[in-house]
Amino acid sequence: MTARPAATGRAGWWFVAPALALLAVFFVLPVLAGLALSVTDFDLYAVADPGATRLVGLRNYARLFADPAFRTAVRNTLYFAAVGGPLTVAASLGAALLVNARLVRWKAFWRTVFFTPFVTTLVAVAIVWRYLYHPRYGLVNYALGAVGVPPVDWLGDPRWAMPAIILLAVWKNFGYNMLIFVAGLQAIPAELYEAAALDGAAPWQRFRHVTLPGLAPTTLFVVVVTMIGYFQLFAEPFAMTQGGPLESTTSVVLLLYAEGFRFWRMGNAAAIAFVLFALVVTLALLQRVVQRSARQRSAA
Amino acid sequence: MARRGAVPGTAIPRCAPDDACARDARRAGGRLRAVARAALVLLAACARPPAPPTLDFWALGTEGESVAPLVRDFERAHPGVRVRLQAVAFSAAHEKLLTAVVGDATPDVAQLGNTWIPEFAALRALEPLDPRLARSAVVHRADYFPGAWATNVVDGRTFGIPWYVDTRLVFYRSDLMARAGVARAPESWAEWTDAMRRLRRVQPAGGAPALLPLNEFEPPLIILSQSGAPLLRDHDTRGNFRDPRVRAAFAWYVGLFRDGLAPPVASTQVSNVAQEFGAGRYAMYVTGPWNVGEFRRWMPDTLPPARRPAGPRWATMAMPGPTGAASGTSLAGGSSLVLFRGPGHDDPARRALAWQFVEFLSTTAAQARFAQLSSDLPARADAWAPAGFGADPQLAPFLTQLRRLTPLPSVPEWESIATRVTHAVERAARGTMTVDAALAALDAEVDDILEKRRWLLARRAAAAAPTHLSAR
Repeated sequence: MTARPAATGRAGWWFVAPALALLAVFFVLPVLAGLALSVTDFDLYAVADPGATRLVGLRNYARLFADPAFRTAVRNTLYFAAVGGPLTVAASLGAALLVNARLVRWKAFWRTVFFTPFVTTLVAVAIVWRYLYHPRYGLVNYALGAVGVPPVDWLGDPRWAMPAIILLAVWKNFGYNMLIFVAGLQAIPAELYEAAALDGAAPWQRFRHVTLPGLAPTTLFVVVVTMIGYFQLFAEPFAMTQGGPLESTTSVVLLLYAEGFRFWRMGNAAAIAFVLFALVVTLALLQRVVQRSARQRSAA
Repeated sequence: MARRGAVPGTAIPRCAPDDACARDARRAGGRLRAVARAALVLLAACARPPAPPTLDFWALGTEGESVAPLVRDFERAHPGVRVRLQAVAFSAAHEKLLTAVVGDATPDVAQLGNTWIPEFAALRALEPLDPRLARSAVVHRADYFPGAWATNVVDGRTFGIPWYVDTRLVFYRSDLMARAGVARAPESWAEWTDAMRRLRRVQPAGGAPALLPLNEFEPPLIILSQSGAPLLRDHDTRGNFRDPRVRAAFAWYVGLFRDGLAPPVASTQVSNVAQEFGAGRYAMYVTGPWNVGEFRRWMPDTLPPARRPAGPRWATMAMPGPTGAASGTSLAGGSSLVLFRGPGHDDPARRALAWQFVEFLSTTAAQARFAQLSSDLPARADAWAPAGFGADPQLAPFLTQLRRLTPLPSVPEWESIATRVTHAVERAARGTMTVDAALAALDAEVDDILEKRRWLLARRAAAAAPTHLSAR
């Protein structure tokens, strides 16, 4: 390998060129077009007559922040991510510990069972869950009734609709994260557990001081990926509630979909997309900062 | 022009790239390698269908299946012509059609929900049909229900021919009504409220007299437009929901929920309407003709004719109105047949054939046949008797109702306005807002939605130029 650095550099560019070209055409260009769209009022009228498009500057954004429907959607999405995210991570960690435990038999079977919801079509799942949540005939209320809890109108009560969606999402998604956690658990050397046991660490202490630190990178990955996914909440309310009752399950992406593809107000829809993007990036960065400072504290 | 790569006068049969004719053409291309240009012409002609033409026809939902025999009849009557029928799911149709317009991939003929017509007319995607109508021997405006025809007219021009119609009215449990002591079908709002109060006394516990799903915009819009006041004002550029007449209708409708006469539920929460209706948990339901078949099939106890009590247990009635039967109007629903225009649609012969196809589906005989195939209500009144619908006691009230329709504002923004109306109703019905606050918020939202329309109208007035609001 005695080629001159400049030539090597040029060759390198040629190797990444196809990937860069694809990124430019299918990612950078659409994003720039979307950004341009978000400062216009491109809509149905403009499809027929491009002259009916106006440059509106930041008005789409200003209108968005003034729109109670958008604020509701942001609130709903934050609620969903803030409650559903940790629940999903906790459920997947618990499931991973269970299927990874030494005493458990048929590990592959349990892994498959827990993973099944993740690969099931959501629309089919939604139909079944709509029946489970039915106030009169639903299995959930039947079970609650058995322990004396009065029936809840899960999808019809604005207070309960989002928790119902969260429960469905946790059930649907924990299997995927569980697999990642299982991989993380298997990467923790067994000697650490043996050493801890020899030092007299109880199971809880082993979990707290060996498992959790060993899983830290995995957890960060799972939390970030789950959160980004959850901020794009769409299919669950789309199939279960259409955003109702009283807009209590309208998410940002559901609103975006309605603006863009039902009402064809593309300028508004593009603005929503960029606000969502900013939101997700901010939170992902915040999470990294929190994680890093926590690691420094524990190292100190 | 690549799309219309047809070579006029050539006798090469039309074919798809993968069928035998295309293989022949490729083989021919190989043999004639020396005369490459000729082969290219041949291949081009093969890939892009010339005459005898093929029509693309998109039909929606179950109509896409039930129209198939009629499509075959048309092909038989026009030898050499092929109609490619594509059935599009109704729930995805609006998005798919819009995308087709933007992507220049529209069919020649399509079924279009009639509330979408202003929108597609504003997109300039539809051919105005008035010149063809003036010459047509088959389609005459006078043969159709005026309210249904009116939904196809935007800014004075006709963009669609009604194919089938539907409208909503009240389905009710006639046996429960009799037990509740209601002698005849209510005609005014006051009588209707009274009937609901009486019904509640004879219903099983946990039931409610009326099912008016909060996620459907048709029931509240029927009531609001019965008020007689326009729902939009200033040339359809501002909301008119605080008009005293509209407010009164809104307050009456919301009152049904507040008084417990209708439960605040969405239709997705009712797992099986026919079953709930059969069990008497709902005794009245404002819905459309598609439920006639559903109820006959699924309502418990009505199935085995041997055990059936004297007569069916349910009936339909025209909408009651604020002041009596004459004010009991409803909305014109249903679908129309439209011709698309724009890129790919400028072969006059093919468009003439497309119109022939629309005329074929609009004859009295075809309308009657389609009604039997689909159970849809014919758009032509003279097809009701041959279809056997006129004498059916559960369908006859639809005929009455179809003669009492009020038009909705025909603006492309209507779909999103209607959604806002359901939100306002839901807020007021659940009591999270007062009637006046909900209507003020609704007017503000509608004014905001219509801002673009105000700007376009102002621009048009300033320029005194041809309108941009309609397809010109």
